[in-house]
Amino acid sequence: MDMQVSFLDRLFESGLLIDTGVDGLYGRSGQFEDVIAAFERLIDRTGGPDGAEAIRFPPGMNRAYFEASGYMKSFPQLAGTVHSFCGCELDHISLLKCMEDGQDWTKGQEATDIVLTPAACYPLYPTIARRGAIRDEGQLYDLQSYCFRHEPSKDPARQQLFRMREYVFMGPEAEVMAFRQRWMDRGTEMMRSVGLDVHIDVANDPFFGRAGKMLVNNQRDQNLKFELLIPITSVEKPTACMSFNYHQDQFGVKWGLKFRNDTPVHTACVGFGLERIALALFHTHGLDVKEWPDEVRQVLWG
Amino acid sequence: MNAKIRELLGKLANLPVAVDTLSNEADLYTAGLSSFASVQLMLGIEDAFEIEFPDHLLNRKSFQSIAAIEATVAQILASSEAA
Repeated sequence: MDMQVSFLDRLFESGLLIDTGVDGLYGRSGQFEDVIAAFERLIDRTGGPDGAEAIRFPPGMNRAYFEASGYMKSFPQLAGTVHSFCGCELDHISLLKCMEDGQDWTKGQEATDIVLTPAACYPLYPTIARRGAIRDEGQLYDLQSYCFRHEPSKDPARQQLFRMREYVFMGPEAEVMAFRQRWMDRGTEMMRSVGLDVHIDVANDPFFGRAGKMLVNNQRDQNLKFELLIPITSVEKPTACMSFNYHQDQFGVKWGLKFRNDTPVHTACVGFGLERIALALFHTHGLDVKEWPDEVRQVLWG
Repeated sequence: MNAKIRELLGKLANLPVAVDTLSNEADLYTAGLSSFASVQLMLGIEDAFEIEFPDHLLNRKSFQSIAAIEATVAQILASSEAA
């Protein structure tokens, strides 16, 4: 924990991250953003030739899609919903009085149609399902979004609002599995090219409660999720900087993503935790990018 | 116990096929048992038999078939009697 606090303090002192007074909610300096931009260019160079369709959604998604996704079954503790004041003038006066008295003014806030995006690919599946049948050879998408997860922490690698870059492939089972394996190999190679010490391990999502234990065991038993781990704030518990998720035909069935012959597609997504990767680079090579090894600078900035 | 498990399966598992058509050994995942339905089933069985699944039995294998569920429940009941 001390190590985490001290890395966070060093990030604040150097100005790379900017304290907002809320754990896990930070501003970023131009230098921090430049590292993320450089790493995204490396992702583009690696994945670009695959010809994915790029789509950018804002960091909020349609609440109806969020509800249909089943996210609240698995991760109610992480979700963030957007609420607004929807009252009349009289309600407004009560609201201001409540704030003035230091009481809980948020009780009267009403849910809007927007939920904060929990993972960059969540808005994609219903969007693509609306377009009609998936081509037999499969379809590939390139996404990036700020994502929200309610898990306040002093660990700078566990932020509440962070960016996720993703590739999502929808298609036949064998091609989907091959896509995931290809990115496990590429991810390892990319991280090594920027001097990061990585390993890949089977993983699970943080499913909620006792029922979640069963989902964790199911996920691990079936090797549905792998993570690429890099030591940042702890060597014993390295941080997941990429994840490789195979959903079987679960999303195909759930969202009605089907081939022309009406069978559901299989899907997989590969995600880069952009802030985590930047933090891994700063932690490994130092807070001053001018001091980073030439070969790393060469890969990132040419 | 078999009848009770079949009843819970019919009520909670949301299978696309009728439970009567499944043999005791039939693979429930092939029959359409989803991860979430297996969790519902697990909670329903705990409630009905007044047992608690230990962590090491909270897995796919325990819910693979009606026979597997029966064996798992019997094992938990036996170990709670022994304790």
